[in-house]
Amino acid sequence: MEPPTAQTTGPVIRMEDVTVASMQDLSAVVAEAVDWTVNPGDFWVVAGLQGTGKSDLLMMTGGLMPPAAGHYWLFGEEMPVFEESRLALRLRLGLVFDGGQLFNHLTAWENIALPVRYHRNLTRADAATEVQPFLEAMELGPWADSTPSAIGRNWRKRVGLARALMLKPEVLLVDSPLAGLDPRHVNWWLSVLGELSKGHPLLGGRPLTLVVTTADARPWKSLARQFGVLKNRRFVVLGTWAELEAASEELLQERLPAETRAG
Amino acid sequence: MQTGKASAFNTPRARFALRIPLPPSVTHYFGRKLFLFLLTIQGLGAFGLITLGVILTKFRVARHVVWPMVFQETARAGLRLLPMFLFMAAALGLLVIGQSVSWLTRVGAIQYLGTIMVIVVVRELGPLLAALLVLARIGTANVVELGTARATGEVEALEALGIDPIHYLVVPRVIGLALGVFSLTVYLIIGAVLSGYLWAFLQDVPLRPGDYFRQLTGALSGTDFALLALKTLAFGFIIALVSCYHGLAQPLRLEEVSSATVRAVAQSIIACVLLDALFIIIYLSA
Repeated sequence: MEPPTAQTTGPVIRMEDVTVASMQDLSAVVAEAVDWTVNPGDFWVVAGLQGTGKSDLLMMTGGLMPPAAGHYWLFGEEMPVFEESRLALRLRLGLVFDGGQLFNHLTAWENIALPVRYHRNLTRADAATEVQPFLEAMELGPWADSTPSAIGRNWRKRVGLARALMLKPEVLLVDSPLAGLDPRHVNWWLSVLGELSKGHPLLGGRPLTLVVTTADARPWKSLARQFGVLKNRRFVVLGTWAELEAASEELLQERLPAETRAG
Repeated sequence: MQTGKASAFNTPRARFALRIPLPPSVTHYFGRKLFLFLLTIQGLGAFGLITLGVILTKFRVARHVVWPMVFQETARAGLRLLPMFLFMAAALGLLVIGQSVSWLTRVGAIQYLGTIMVIVVVRELGPLLAALLVLARIGTANVVELGTARATGEVEALEALGIDPIHYLVVPRVIGLALGVFSLTVYLIIGAVLSGYLWAFLQDVPLRPGDYFRQLTGALSGTDFALLALKTLAFGFIIALVSCYHGLAQPLRLEEVSSATVRAVAQSIIACVLLDALFIIIYLSA
């Protein structure tokens, strides 16, 4: 069942001099001259304050909009790949939205089941066995038959994660996974993303390449292996946490809560 | 003919009227409206062709997911509206028969009752009324649902999962609405014809059911059935297309959903009436 090209040797994501537009307004530029390489097995944290365009960078990386300029290769193929014939390539990349972006007319179970049901033409009964382990791993059992509007934000995000993982992607982009969560859920996300990065049983133990965005890089200190910062329309690749700390006191300051900055 | 038409504008008064310069604000207004109208036509045309293409090329793709949705939409735009349509059918029968009976008996032309039913209800009022009712109940709901889905990022989520939004969101609605308008029109016509007789009977019109039925069949032709099917399917298709286009095709913010709904309703009505005019021309020339 593994995709034939699962063991990619080249970079997963490579960008050269890419200009990122805003999803809201394609003529507005949020980041310029992005040079970025994500290798298989990487765990990237893209830090940036709200409004710096982290989500836009992620949406562009996810193929939802083309780069406004420059070149972007996903698994060695130049994006955007909107053609139907290259769907398999696009599905090697999974995307988890900030608010979950669930389908409001479907229950949590149906949301999670939809991608496999659609792509493999499964009936509800056929999909049930595949959905069950994901429901259990995300502790979503009690919410399975609720529609998104009846589920709290903490749990909606988990449904979004389960839905993206159903297609067993090789690289997962997660938009602000910790934003607005209870501390208990923050710990859950950190541990699950850590496991996914090392190889989670849900994905057959295969290590997942991860890119997460955040406004506060500190929770990721011991977990992520690569750090980048979006600031003033520039994407600065800083390498490890140690390099991030060393690179700029000022950059780090901006990752700190508001009261520290005000002082 | 040409010279006749030209001479209508050739009177001194008409020549004077044509020379009056319109203020730029007026010409700009109409120019802008015309330009927007053409842009909408272009967008709707492209959207319609894409939808048709998706229906044909993805007919068997994900049928365990999409076909149940087609049934669901057909039930929503058809079966569930049936009670309201039966009420409308009773009212329509009364409307047409109640008005025409008193007049026809006065001129002694009661044998045309069936013909009037066919001309008014089968050819014109039935399909158009069905289309407008379905537009009011389902077309508006479509714009709101799809507009909200668009505004809250559900469409991006579908794309991220490799699911074609046209295939998943538009195709079931288009097929469901087309079938819904078609079948509801049939029920509306049957109901109106039956209730028409009932109202005539209550007004003591000396007309036996057999005669009424013969009048109806005499006035109907094979073309009526073919054109009725074609027309109602086209109405449903157009209403679904316009409502989905306004909900889905352009980026929307939540606060724009209501204005998109208003636009979709207005354009659907215009499109249906224009289509109806086209069918009248076909009737008259056939």
